[in-house]
Amino acid sequence: MTPTPDMTKILVCCGTGCIANGSLKVARAIRDEIVAQGVAATLDLLVEETGCSGMCEGGPIVRILPADIMYYKVRERGAKDIVASLGGDPLKRLLFKDARGERVTAQSENPFYAAQVKIALRNVGLIDPLSIDEYVARGGYEGLKRALAMTPDEIITEVERSGVRGKGGAGFPTGRKWRTAAGYDNYPKYIVCNGDEGDPGAFMDGSTLEGDPHGVIEGMVIGALAIQAEEGVFYIRDEYALARDHVQRAIEAAERAGILGDDILGSGKRMKLSIVRGGGAFVCGESTALMASIEGRVGEPRAKYIRSAERGLFNQPTVLNNVETLATIPYILKEGADAFASVGTETSKGTKVFAMVGKVKHTGLVEVPMGTTLRTLIYDIGGGIIDDRPFKAVQTGGPSGGCIPDSLLDLPVDFDTLKKYGAMMGSGGMIVMDDYNCMVEVARYYVNFLCEESCGKCTPCREGLRQMHAILTDICEGRGEQGDVELLERIGATMQDASLCALGKSAANPVLSTIKYFRNEYEAHIDERRCPAGVCVKLTEFTIDPEACTGCGACLRACPTEAISGAVKETHVIDSEKCIVCGSCREVCRFNAVVTEGRRA
Amino acid sequence: MVSNEEVSSIIDAYPRDRRYALAVMQDMQRTFNYVPENGLIATAEHLDCSVAQLYSMATFYKALSLKPKGKHIIKVCDGTACHLRGANNLVTGVKRELGIVPGEVTADGEFSLELVNCLGSCALAPVLVIDGVYHNKVKIDAIPSILKEHATPVVTQ
Repeated sequence: MTPTPDMTKILVCCGTGCIANGSLKVARAIRDEIVAQGVAATLDLLVEETGCSGMCEGGPIVRILPADIMYYKVRERGAKDIVASLGGDPLKRLLFKDARGERVTAQSENPFYAAQVKIALRNVGLIDPLSIDEYVARGGYEGLKRALAMTPDEIITEVERSGVRGKGGAGFPTGRKWRTAAGYDNYPKYIVCNGDEGDPGAFMDGSTLEGDPHGVIEGMVIGALAIQAEEGVFYIRDEYALARDHVQRAIEAAERAGILGDDILGSGKRMKLSIVRGGGAFVCGESTALMASIEGRVGEPRAKYIRSAERGLFNQPTVLNNVETLATIPYILKEGADAFASVGTETSKGTKVFAMVGKVKHTGLVEVPMGTTLRTLIYDIGGGIIDDRPFKAVQTGGPSGGCIPDSLLDLPVDFDTLKKYGAMMGSGGMIVMDDYNCMVEVARYYVNFLCEESCGKCTPCREGLRQMHAILTDICEGRGEQGDVELLERIGATMQDASLCALGKSAANPVLSTIKYFRNEYEAHIDERRCPAGVCVKLTEFTIDPEACTGCGACLRACPTEAISGAVKETHVIDSEKCIVCGSCREVCRFNAVVTEGRRA
Repeated sequence: MVSNEEVSSIIDAYPRDRRYALAVMQDMQRTFNYVPENGLIATAEHLDCSVAQLYSMATFYKALSLKPKGKHIIKVCDGTACHLRGANNLVTGVKRELGIVPGEVTADGEFSLELVNCLGSCALAPVLVIDGVYHNKVKIDAIPSILKEHATPVVTQ
């Protein structure tokens, strides 16, 4: 059914997060209720499963347009009332409650959305991702039409003028990359979409592919016209089944509509797109490794003395762009370079999508102008820290990034600023940590991840990570020694200098940045054999503070090992013999009575 | 044991081009729960490359395994968000119930446990996935009932 402007649309968020929360059942229940209540006779109605609407924490999310009513945490049983209330007053109990406790109706009234500017995500959460008609109705493929009337040089000039930079993390100017590839007179050429979003804690690209596949396809076709390629490949990671399915179906729809194939919109130009499913290797997010993987080889990077733009996929000129970059391209072509460049900072134009997760109240997907501060992101949009605990650090840029402390929260986030402080903006993963997170253990976590994901081709990365992992494990388990921190710094410096690819060069960042800003935690582990955050099992002993304990019994019920005893309204006690230091008791205690003294090893 | 017929029904769907090596092995992994030896040999023949080259891929990519996995695959997400919200506790919980650590299969071949990279549901951390069904914000004490829900029902006479 083609939507008409004045019809009532019920948008049910069916991003990966909301599906996991049961949104498909909610959509079905709403459809059933519409039939049961017979409202379709009086109302022009359309129920749609959309991509990620952003505020995953509040899922499943249902939004009603054009009235703009946004409901959160909707369950199947809520469907009946939602349908009954159509055309009338909104259901108060399903609305968002802001910090003052007021219920707000429209999306823009929710502070989570108020500060956002959507360019890459302009359609995500608003349309049925599988409907090419809806994409077109929102101005989709207009940018392509404009590009078809331009020469490759004009397209590239437009993209250069916009100032857009690669949003996978490196921030290389997209226009310059295209111009380099366009300059080689060697055919065939290829355009590749890097959808191998491997950073743990990041889901921007997956959500974009799921929620607006045509937006990325349009970006691919425009890029292909610019460099004169006729074939493009989506490399999408193994874990993203829904994204692959949506892209595949969108490719088929675009072929039927004459947008892909032998005669793009009657222009005589050709374009073929296909999908390669990743094999579950983090290093394949690196451009040369990714191309090796597409060619059917082991995904190892190569030294880049010859750029991919000259010799990339199958040894031919290749442009590789990130999902978010490609999703931005149609906007630049349609609205013009100046419109895009009017957003953002002097050197970082436009917007950036972040996946904000961890100990923040409102986790989810956000898009903000470049230059927005971390404080705005975490406190205004994210609503602050869960349970209003103290903020400790925010980890940006995934395993290649760093941890930024409280004192730097007013830094603007763009490509260049964070680098000066040992972190990076990266692809957009943003993990917020509170005082219950141990920074040494976080460093160990990233090093462990990278140890497994290092391809092993070059020695500094392969051996450096192993040694770092051994040292960090020792520190976390109470075997840390004087000089360990300095040794970590030396190994890190060597890896930065001598590794082959960006993965190795940046692999030491989590360790070096936590040492830089949280050296006292390392020292507590080594000198005092104590984990201040109460995370490292061998350096933690939980006790209950008799002053604070009210004897409510919450911890006793939460304990998986029955290590806690105590009568109602009397101080509870933890049996350290039975305790496995899982922290369940501390998590449920509302009186901050579970404390850690440290020292157990 | 996987028969040669089953193997070739997968391989024959692909053109004889090396670029399909990963896709062929992923199909086998999905169908058989692993990449069998005869599958590797037949693929090498079909794509005109060496078995060693395919072996290097099968051991490199995490999505592939050379040993059969359990009937039900438990994936504990160890992405950063899940890690911070207690993924390690979920591993402990599964170990207490089934006695297996990540990478192992139970003796009866029912369950295998994997610690996996980010599943993209960070907002719902910690996440545990069994046979594609997501369990959100899992607490350690919920694990026994979750496992029960997925176990093959025991038929009693």
